[in-house]
Amino acid sequence: MSYVPLTTSDLLLAATLLVINAAISWGFQLKLEKSIAIAVVRMVVQLALIGIVLKFVFVQSSPIWTAMLGLIMVFAAGIEVVTRQAHPVRGWHAFGLQTATLFFIGMAVTGLGVGIIIGPDPWYAPRYVLPILGMVLGNTLTGMCLVLDTTTETTSRDQAAIEARLALGANRFKAMSNVLHVAMRTGMIPILNAMATTGIVALPGMMTGQILAGVDPVEAAKYQVLIMFLIAGATALGVVCAGIGAVVLLTDDRHRLRLDRIRKNS
Amino acid sequence: MNFQVAAGECLAIEGPSGSGKTRLLRAIADLDPAKGLIFLDGAERNEMPAWDWRHQVRYCAAEPSWWTDTAQAAFAEAKKPDARRVQRLLNVLGLEGELITRPLSVVSTGERQRLALVRALIDDPKVLLLDEPTAALDPQATALVEEVIKYQILSGHSVLLASHNRAQIERLSHARLLLPKRTGASATVEHPI
Repeated sequence: MSYVPLTTSDLLLAATLLVINAAISWGFQLKLEKSIAIAVVRMVVQLALIGIVLKFVFVQSSPIWTAMLGLIMVFAAGIEVVTRQAHPVRGWHAFGLQTATLFFIGMAVTGLGVGIIIGPDPWYAPRYVLPILGMVLGNTLTGMCLVLDTTTETTSRDQAAIEARLALGANRFKAMSNVLHVAMRTGMIPILNAMATTGIVALPGMMTGQILAGVDPVEAAKYQVLIMFLIAGATALGVVCAGIGAVVLLTDDRHRLRLDRIRKNS
Repeated sequence: MNFQVAAGECLAIEGPSGSGKTRLLRAIADLDPAKGLIFLDGAERNEMPAWDWRHQVRYCAAEPSWWTDTAQAAFAEAKKPDARRVQRLLNVLGLEGELITRPLSVVSTGERQRLALVRALIDDPKVLLLDEPTAALDPQATALVEEVIKYQILSGHSVLLASHNRAQIERLSHARLLLPKRTGASATVEHPI
């Protein structure tokens, strides 16, 4: 089994579809021309680079290169958590906490998935480790962002109610329990929806990729189920950590609400 | 600024709007970061966990907020929920007993302010920090709330009272703390009324 390789002219042909995006932006005066151009260039450059980098790392197949690329991915995911939030908490402290969370969840879940369940030879095979780590990190950070955004927003809105509970002698977790409840539910819902609708509305990207590459669809489905379990577990961990982390970041050691730590819109 | 309030004493905090009455009370409750030392019976606030401090030094906001649908649900979260004490407090504050089961969204502003006072008093804090406790109340309800405050003072509790109501201050307080309009100038304590 094999697949049909794409040529540059194939890609250029597909790129003409972007004319539609440009036409809509121009026709409706959305003023998105610049954003479209930046996004397209970024996408092409980033994917080309990661293709080259992955090829290099796969050829090396060394644990050190795999770990280095994995660390870079964790770091990028940590930055993404901060930049994606509408009102992130200021400071390196928040960034460090979030990146560390992503690091441990990525290690634990990818380790379980690749090291124990799939068990490739060698165990650090970058062809398995890196894509799975990427999917775990991507979904975990989405869940974490939702929790953090919901927490900061709800906390700002319910400040008076939270402080009323603090004033009555509640600790910070009890005072913010309503907020945490809402935020953690919000963080869990996308992965639950994804599990419920996957395969009906759309085929997941990884499964599509495996099928295009010539893998038996049933085998591809099995891999997809494994991935869904891994990212569901990782997301749940991320949601809990982000929830606890958000409470800690938005309060201080004297259990005072510290909304001054939230970065306002510039 | 340096002052003390004895057990069974009420210190009124006066000053124009914006002079920091609320900020002072919030700082004493340790709800806002503040420099300086605050002692309760010889123990500095940082010697005990924040929740212990606030359990004894209780701040009551001018506009009370709720996090539950009914007052009853909030009362049940007190360290030692005491239904009989709640009913007694409701009674002396002129509130019906079944008010606490009604959705707070349909309870009037004045009733909610008095319910918040009940909430603050359930577990009998040593110090009450009252921020405009009768702002939303009619004269009748104001008189009832003042009776409860007076009872707290007479039974050996300390009260700090921020109020715009000069007559109320004269009825309740033993001393007054005048906050100047400009921050940075020192406050003066006037004894006694």
